Amino acid sequence: MSDLEPVSQPVPALQPLATHAPARWDKQGERSDSERLASAMSGFMRDFGRTAAIHLESCIHCGHCAEACHFYVATREAKYTPIWKLEPFKQAYKREAGPFSWAYRMLNLKRAVTVQELEEWQELIYDSCTMCGRCTLACPMAIDIASLVGLARHGMFEAGLAPQDLWSVAERAEREGSPLGATPKVLRERLDWLADEHEVPMHLDLPRADVLVTLSSIEIMKYPLSLVATAKVLEHAGYSWTVSTRGYEATNFGMLSGNREWQRDMTMKLIDAAIACEAKIVVLPECGHAYSAMRWQGAEMLGKPLPFRVLHISEFLAENVANGRIRVKPLDASVAFHDPCQVSRRGGATQAPRDVLAALGLDLRETEDAGDLNFCCGGGGGVIANRRADALRHKAFEIKMAQLDATGAELTVTSCANCRQSFDDGQSHFHWDRKMGSLLELVAERLVQRAQSHSA
Amino acid sequence: MEFLAFARGPALAIAIAVFGLGIAWRLFGIFRRPAPRLLSEPRSTATGAGAARAIVTHMWHAKNFRRRSLTRSLNAYAYHIGLAIIAFGFAPHIAFVDRLTGISWPALPGWLFVAGVAVTFVGLAYALMERLASPVLRLLSNFDDYASWVVTALPVVTGMALLTLPIASRYPFTPDRPLAVALHLLSLELLLAWLPFSKLSHAFLVFVSRATTGAALSRRGAVA
Repeated sequence: MSDLEPVSQPVPALQPLATHAPARWDKQGERSDSERLASAMSGFMRDFGRTAAIHLESCIHCGHCAEACHFYVATREAKYTPIWKLEPFKQAYKREAGPFSWAYRMLNLKRAVTVQELEEWQELIYDSCTMCGRCTLACPMAIDIASLVGLARHGMFEAGLAPQDLWSVAERAEREGSPLGATPKVLRERLDWLADEHEVPMHLDLPRADVLVTLSSIEIMKYPLSLVATAKVLEHAGYSWTVSTRGYEATNFGMLSGNREWQRDMTMKLIDAAIACEAKIVVLPECGHAYSAMRWQGAEMLGKPLPFRVLHISEFLAENVANGRIRVKPLDASVAFHDPCQVSRRGGATQAPRDVLAALGLDLRETEDAGDLNFCCGGGGGVIANRRADALRHKAFEIKMAQLDATGAELTVTSCANCRQSFDDGQSHFHWDRKMGSLLELVAERLVQRAQSHSA
Repeated sequence: MEFLAFARGPALAIAIAVFGLGIAWRLFGIFRRPAPRLLSEPRSTATGAGAARAIVTHMWHAKNFRRRSLTRSLNAYAYHIGLAIIAFGFAPHIAFVDRLTGISWPALPGWLFVAGVAVTFVGLAYALMERLASPVLRLLSNFDDYASWVVTALPVVTGMALLTLPIASRYPFTPDRPLAVALHLLSLELLLAWLPFSKLSHAFLVFVSRATTGAALSRRGAVA
């Protein structure tokens, strides 16, 4: 048996952390508890850098973060308090790496973390945190809990303590180049079919292009019209562009699952592809975490500044609407926008989609918590890939339905395929009468035709 | 008198030394850890302004969080302000600082001091009750939370026992109840010595933590 193959399924026994449901955890590989623990601690230790130390030292246990978390708000279960999700990570830091770690160890003031604790915490670190970062805005100490959860996942993954569903998706992405089976062959066939079906050029593997278009497997397999929309928009704007089979998959399940090496591999494929075709711009698809992975961590993976610009598709649209390369026909309708957390709150591109919606002449009706304070759809951070978290995710989704319904808007759009998937699932689960649309597809539908554009 | 002399002399010196060295060690322990090298193209280079903005904006909740957190936050502000009034606005405390450093300032009016004491007592009691009653706070709480509460409340309690003494405008003086004064001093010294090792160090970490997040998110053009 490979070291990475699963050896156990969710354990149905009631665990100390569980209040309403049994705790569940998965394991990968066959290892002794002590080896597993050593891997986790070694992973944790690597991540106890200065920023992590500042935040791990600063919690005052005020509990304000609870009210910011969609999982706590939806369930009122104390264990979903964001900072509590880091308890073993904090414990490990204080005992092994903090300024007074020697005293904690000598006097045993902080117990050593055990494998059993890590198993119990797997649900909190993976199932009930989308790393949306809303808690940071509520924290009086401004602790970046989302980043700490991302770091804690490294040690968990190294210990073989990731949810099996998420692990499988990440492993497939590493092995096949796509978490959903969108291999280069499948991509080529899809693009050929879409080019024929929609009579739009689909440039693949051009040796040189100004824009490298990257995609999300969710789009390739579930929302192919997004690919058509991307092509239409780029053709309309007059860019030389290409998709590259060398690097096209922008989602990064290496990052979400906590595998540093896989994260780097996935990012480097895109960087290598962009460098190979001498791209000046890499356009990321409608995907939140893809933006985090490449825009804010890509250069760190390469080890030097990226030799190209990185733009989320919503930024690309906003920039080209502003400079006149994209011209759209107005649409007389009201719209509510769902902000992907990693693009808006965590990524700083909150305004871009609003500029695009304004250019479309839409009546934007913001939800009660909008923009930087937007509630997550519940499916980010790899949670949607983790089927055992479905019930909890659906519970949190009720917040989104209520807030979007309250706007009374005719349309609902977002700029993240992962969010769309989460909304589609929620729509189906709750028989909700709203359909989440794509900002990109909306723009593509409203493009002013070339001839009209020239004569205007 | 020997006990009071001990509290005023060696015990105070030790407490101040532990306070200073403890804070220095804690900060050194944090800042000696490797800092990430950020290579992505920043959206904004005004990270200093972002840090300063986060220090200010996190003093109060965004409106979306206000409704559920209002009472807890108002109470926290109330007893922090009350403690500040007691510590820095009461004539004997100013005289105490004057004796140590030569720095002094006018005392606050008596009624304000009394109000500060009242608010502090009620606020600390409410904070403890909430910590014991709220499932979230109960889950998060550990020894540090309760010990820090006791260590914070002790100087207020021991100080109350001295309120009937004549207010001294200058030091040294020989109090009528040297034991009570010594206990009050020792409770303050316990607070000083405990602070660097406990959650009470949020007194200085609050600036470090907020500034770190403010700088990081402003670099991305995001709101901290």
